Amino acid sequence: MGHSTIAEEKFVFTQEAKKKLIILLAIGIVLFIAGVFFARSADHSEGSGGHAGVMVEKLVAAADESAAAEHASGEHHETAPWIKRILTTLWMNNVFFVGLGIIGLFFVAIQFAAQAGWSAGLKRIPLAMGHWIPIAGLLTLVLWFVTNHDIFHWTHSYLYDENSGSYDTIIAEKAPYFFWPGEAGGFPIFFIARMVIFFGMWYWFFTMIKKNMMAEDLDADTKHWYKNRSISAWFLVFFAVSSSVSAWDWVMSIDTHWFSTMFGWYVFASWWVTGLALITLIVASLKEAGYLKIVNSNHLHDLGKFVFAFSIFWTYIWFGQFLLIYYAHIPEETVYFIERMRTSPYSWIFFANLILNFVLPFLLLMTRDAKRHLSMLKLVCPIIIVGHWFDFYNMVTPGVMKEQGGLGLLEIGTAFIFLAAFLWITLSSLSKMPLFGKNHPLLEESLHHHI
Amino acid sequence: MDANKHFVVGVFNDEDVLLSGIKKVRASGIKIEEVYSPFPVHGIDEALGYKRTRLPIAAFIFGMTGTSLALLLQFWMLGFDWPMIIGGKNFASLPPFIPVTFELTVLLSALGMVGTFMIVSDMKPYKWPRQFDIRSTQDMHIMAVDLAVNGGKTKDDIKRILSESGAVEVNEKSFE
Repeated sequence: MGHSTIAEEKFVFTQEAKKKLIILLAIGIVLFIAGVFFARSADHSEGSGGHAGVMVEKLVAAADESAAAEHASGEHHETAPWIKRILTTLWMNNVFFVGLGIIGLFFVAIQFAAQAGWSAGLKRIPLAMGHWIPIAGLLTLVLWFVTNHDIFHWTHSYLYDENSGSYDTIIAEKAPYFFWPGEAGGFPIFFIARMVIFFGMWYWFFTMIKKNMMAEDLDADTKHWYKNRSISAWFLVFFAVSSSVSAWDWVMSIDTHWFSTMFGWYVFASWWVTGLALITLIVASLKEAGYLKIVNSNHLHDLGKFVFAFSIFWTYIWFGQFLLIYYAHIPEETVYFIERMRTSPYSWIFFANLILNFVLPFLLLMTRDAKRHLSMLKLVCPIIIVGHWFDFYNMVTPGVMKEQGGLGLLEIGTAFIFLAAFLWITLSSLSKMPLFGKNHPLLEESLHHHI
Repeated sequence: MDANKHFVVGVFNDEDVLLSGIKKVRASGIKIEEVYSPFPVHGIDEALGYKRTRLPIAAFIFGMTGTSLALLLQFWMLGFDWPMIIGGKNFASLPPFIPVTFELTVLLSALGMVGTFMIVSDMKPYKWPRQFDIRSTQDMHIMAVDLAVNGGKTKDDIKRILSESGAVEVNEKSFE
């Protein structure tokens, strides 16, 4: 079995590719430093003046803060906006790239669970993306402790103290979700435990699936495929819960008062379509570089259908969430969209989001030919990746920065740094294993895949 | 003039033979009217040299018609003809119109596609298909060759080529 006419391939992570990534990283660092400098000087110059609208907001905020400060026994102090902005963009980019890593594993898992044959030749690309998971876990944990009060409003202990002037009933009722079994306002044991367990389990599932895929290369035994099928099924069950909960924890809890029952799906949809776009983009690039002879336009067509379909799925979730909140018209809920639709700089991103992530992919990928051609896929996939980066920007930033948020060199630089690191890990992992499993039991089916 | 249509009908009992047979028959210059199979045969449309269907284009046009109709309908009804305040929203506001617009887009593109498909495939109501050989619904593949469009070849030539291409039986059939 598995005697294919296609020769085994191995991806070479060339010096040239490495150089390009290092240049990307260097540009990212330069932009980041310049961004920090600009953000800081903008901060200082705004200190004296400012617009009337902003001033009113600030006065209201100041009243809140001073009331809080009185009862926070001197612990509480407001971080400068430019530092907050750095922390926000770090957290936002981290969450975005956590998604790309975990979607790599998720893609592999659904291929096993569905016993899919078409993807047998390209499963190593999402598998390589999964190598980001342990790094992402470490980054998330460290970044959470760094960002803490500045991003997650609910971490302030005065919110849970009935005697403090800033006692917040709504947040206090949510306390067990963060702090159980500890004391409200203390160390968020439950929250951190979830973070550790999720990354731990994701990484464990990843190593198990990878181990079986590598073992299959050596002994050509189908038992590895069967094992992976059941591991994948268990992973999907775990991921169904953990992806939703991590969306609430890492993104939705920033806007602590607000909640949406669709948010878990929303973040998953955004992660998933971005991951699909990146997988497709990497496959298309490898194909263009002369690799992956096993992949032809039929496989590209399927990837294109995935990207097309889940762009629409994301839009469906986006609209489902929007319409319910729009029609119900409850102030606690609508504030989320008012912040994003009516405030600069989020407003243009809000609408650009729909154009980049729905209108363009929908129209550009609609025809059969578009999904089968490298050039069109290489145009649409980057649009979607950038579009969903904006999507995550608008999920995270307004809740933290309110009207002081910015989108400039700082944010772009951080994204470049993360992108360079992510691609480095992905490509170097990819170069350490054969580009496809020569003993995959469904490889023959993939070779004859025809749609 | 003979008003009837005359066909030579080849009967094949194996889909691989059929596929190679189609290629041989077409290579000899004979135009095949139609092939009937009891089950879908992979690659038969390429073998017969069929062009890809343009049904998706029809679907897109019908879909766009649905989108425009739905928006027009709702904006006219709720915005101009009989304005009503619902949930404190503007008379004509886009978000609540989207679900209806979506549904009508899907409905019109689906119905339009079915209709287009039936017209293109000549499946009008009360029109009964020509039955070349009842076994095409059971265990045989049937290849029909219209004599009228194969003027360059005699009936015997065509029969011989069909047999040589793997037909287990070659019959004649005429329709009024």
